Amino acid sequence: MNKILTYGLLLSVLMVTAPHVTHLPLWVSAMCASLLVWRSYLAYSCNPLPKRWLLTTITLATMAGILIDFHTLFGREAGVTLLMLLATLKLMELKTRRDAMVLIFLSCFIIITNFFYSQSLPTGLYMLATLLVITTSWLHLHAPGIALKPRLRIATALLLQAIPLTIILFILFPRVQGPLWGLPQDAFASSGLDDKMSPGSMGRLALSDAVAFRVSYQAPPPRRDQMYWRGPVLWNFDGRTWTPGSSSRSIAPEFSGTGQAIDYSVTLEPHNKKWLFALDMPDKISIPARLTHDFQLLRPQPVNARLRYEARSQLIYHANLHESALQLQRALQLPQTLNPRARELAASWRAFSANEGQVIVRALTYFNQQDFHYTLDPPPLGANSIDDFLFTTRRGFCEHYASSFVYLMRAAGIPARVVTGYQGGEYNAFGNYYIVRQSDAHAWAEVWLPELGWQRVDPTAAIAPERVEHGLSAALTDNTSLPFMARNPPQWLRDLRLNWDAVSFQWSQWVVGYDSERQFAFLSRFGIDSLSAQAINMLAGLALIIGLFALYMLRHLFTSKQDKTQAAWVKLCRKLARSGLSRAPHEGPHDYAMRVAASRPDLAECIQDLTARYLKLRYGAIQDEIAQREFIHLVAKFPLNPKK
Amino acid sequence: MLTALKQRFSDWLFRPKIEHGTVVLTQRRIFILPARQGLILVWVLILMLLGDINYNLSLGYVLTFLLAMMAVMSMLHAFRNLAHLEIRAGRSDAVFSGESARFIFHFNSKFPRYQLVLRDGDGNSVSFDLAAGQDNVIVFPLPAVKRGWLGTGQLTLYTVFPLGLFHAWSYLHFDTRCLVYPKPLHDAPLPPGNTPDGTGKHSIAGDDDFAGLRNYAPGDALPRIAWKAYARGHALQVKQFATQLGEELWLDIADTPEPDLENKLARMTRWVLDAEVQGLRYGLSLPDGELPVGNGTAHKDECLRRLALYGLSEA
Repeated sequence: MNKILTYGLLLSVLMVTAPHVTHLPLWVSAMCASLLVWRSYLAYSCNPLPKRWLLTTITLATMAGILIDFHTLFGREAGVTLLMLLATLKLMELKTRRDAMVLIFLSCFIIITNFFYSQSLPTGLYMLATLLVITTSWLHLHAPGIALKPRLRIATALLLQAIPLTIILFILFPRVQGPLWGLPQDAFASSGLDDKMSPGSMGRLALSDAVAFRVSYQAPPPRRDQMYWRGPVLWNFDGRTWTPGSSSRSIAPEFSGTGQAIDYSVTLEPHNKKWLFALDMPDKISIPARLTHDFQLLRPQPVNARLRYEARSQLIYHANLHESALQLQRALQLPQTLNPRARELAASWRAFSANEGQVIVRALTYFNQQDFHYTLDPPPLGANSIDDFLFTTRRGFCEHYASSFVYLMRAAGIPARVVTGYQGGEYNAFGNYYIVRQSDAHAWAEVWLPELGWQRVDPTAAIAPERVEHGLSAALTDNTSLPFMARNPPQWLRDLRLNWDAVSFQWSQWVVGYDSERQFAFLSRFGIDSLSAQAINMLAGLALIIGLFALYMLRHLFTSKQDKTQAAWVKLCRKLARSGLSRAPHEGPHDYAMRVAASRPDLAECIQDLTARYLKLRYGAIQDEIAQREFIHLVAKFPLNPKK
Repeated sequence: MLTALKQRFSDWLFRPKIEHGTVVLTQRRIFILPARQGLILVWVLILMLLGDINYNLSLGYVLTFLLAMMAVMSMLHAFRNLAHLEIRAGRSDAVFSGESARFIFHFNSKFPRYQLVLRDGDGNSVSFDLAAGQDNVIVFPLPAVKRGWLGTGQLTLYTVFPLGLFHAWSYLHFDTRCLVYPKPLHDAPLPPGNTPDGTGKHSIAGDDDFAGLRNYAPGDALPRIAWKAYARGHALQVKQFATQLGEELWLDIADTPEPDLENKLARMTRWVLDAEVQGLRYGLSLPDGELPVGNGTAHKDECLRRLALYGLSEA
């Protein structure tokens, strides 16, 4: 196998495997890297490839490694690992052209697996670069005689020519909504809110500045302290962890909006869970979703692809005024034996208060007046976690406040529950939308009051109002543990980041999120609203562009190669041929003219003259344009039957 | 029935036509079909597309479409690699049977062509690239097995450039032919000469009088090559001797001891070569006629030609 070709293939494999380094076990990356280095050395030193038994041993060992590490050979992670190791091992037995082809196809496949992890704009550009390297090696395989530079040029031409065609296909190729078969459990990365809450779970999310979703408002956006994005609602408490629990009987959710409604559209990143996020309380949504009795929006299937939906919410509402007794009972349950001091405190508040409202105010005042701190780094709590927090540590993140507040309310006999979700968001002026990140994850409380129904109470606002009004970094006194960009970076860096986010938002909306729904919506704008119209337009577009490329590439076929003198001479011969004096293939101009002159004395003078001119123009040393024009003119005038 | 029809169709489509002069590969002469690897790629692309649909990978669609469209464009490139190529058959020099006949073809193109392969029906092939705007001389070697005229038969000019996904080809059948002389016997002393006065006495051993050098021609005996001159950097030359100049030698097929015609001709061929090298004047006597006494390269070639074509039709 050619050395340069081997280097090309090595580079291809390196480029397709490199992006996987971040999410594969260290030993796999190390193994791939050492195999690549070994192979490069063998190619460089012209040493023979390793023996078959050695390769078989390595292959079996890596298979065993995958089995031990992943407990399977299938599924996403294990599959990707297997493909990568196969590709690098294939390099070790690169002998025939067939091996090289297998490697090239395998490399293309590995590019696709990278899209499980990222489909961003840089990933797209990286794909193009990788494809160029692969194509260059591919060309080398079939045309070993071409030097690197022209080879690179041809590969670039192929790639560039394919791009407009790809755009047409991308827009018009009928999209099918997947999945076609069951996705493996680990098909998509999941990050974000869980449907459990225990001390520390929200704090962990606060460290991630991954985007959860983006929102654009049709009208002026609501106030910041109204931007509560409702996620899982948690009812059951075991002393440490809040869970949704289950309700056997529940009434349908109902609420009456009293204020203005607000319309917005959300582009949700896949999180592999069923719930959607909407502002409290959603009364309309553009995609199929169920509103549960506690006002969560649930999809029939987990959201494993970027999802866009329009929704409308009532910002001021009375929710479930007529809540069922069973639900209210659930909203009062507490583990009986734990946290005695908190119960005592709640009981005393209840005793000295005229109504529920006063209890709530007392609780919020308590958080506000006592020495509570809002921190990402709270000390650990013991078995009586609420007591420890309320009376000892007094340092906590939103989940500590929400959890203890709901506990106190329940202890005081007020039905309450924990709501998790996101609060706030960052405004992107370049794209006129809000970015809600994982670090905006939040937990708050809801209490049920007889005349008002369920109402939101955010105890975090009592201790750190900046959290609600300006976001996390403003609320934390010590924010060094936050990711750099979540702190307060310089303005230009912030602008740069917002600019970039605006670009990637468009990218994710129009490229990554271009699914069957989007395609339909986009194409119907141009009047393409049926599958057949789509197919016809696609084929017509492809044919048009391929035709244009063909015209350009084969332009030599269409340009006449004859010079004008020769063309005129051929014309003269054709004229003569029509009167039965066709030129024999072996006949030179001179002999031909003699023969014509002999059989048509009337034309003799004329034909002798023309032939002499022709010979002079065609074989003479000097290019004479005037004489040429004259000759052409004479041929055009050449009278076949001057004397009739 | 159907296969017969198909055969007739393909006979009509690929009808053999022996051509002379310059052939230009026009659109009608170029055929193109997916190669094996192209079909494999189709399967790979289908797999990829299924993955894209299942996992909703938009960039996966982009990659799949890019690869598919590169394949489509590679078809155009394959076609272009053959399109409007001008091919002319050149002269090919006569060879002895057992050697390799070298058919010469002149290729002319306005732009560079890559990885063209010229192949005949028996699996002989030569692959080459062409430079733009110049006369590219391509030698197509064919083993010369039998004496007589050797044609190339129908040749296939094909290419899988650029990605090996499409196989574009065209048929070429030129009227070019190469004369194959019989293979000279290795060791066959010349027959006793018969001088014109009829004494029958003739000496061929006297190669003492060195008469000069002439250029080497295929078939010359190795001991007569002027190695010293060659070593000095001159062209390969053969020594000629003067003693026999003016003597006449009749090479008669009846004098050959071999039982079969081919071996008789082989011996005659050796005689002609040796006689020429020794500077004899020699004539050829074959059952279908005589070739008068003479010498020189042209005379030798004519003798060899008569021997090559003896008993065969001139066409």
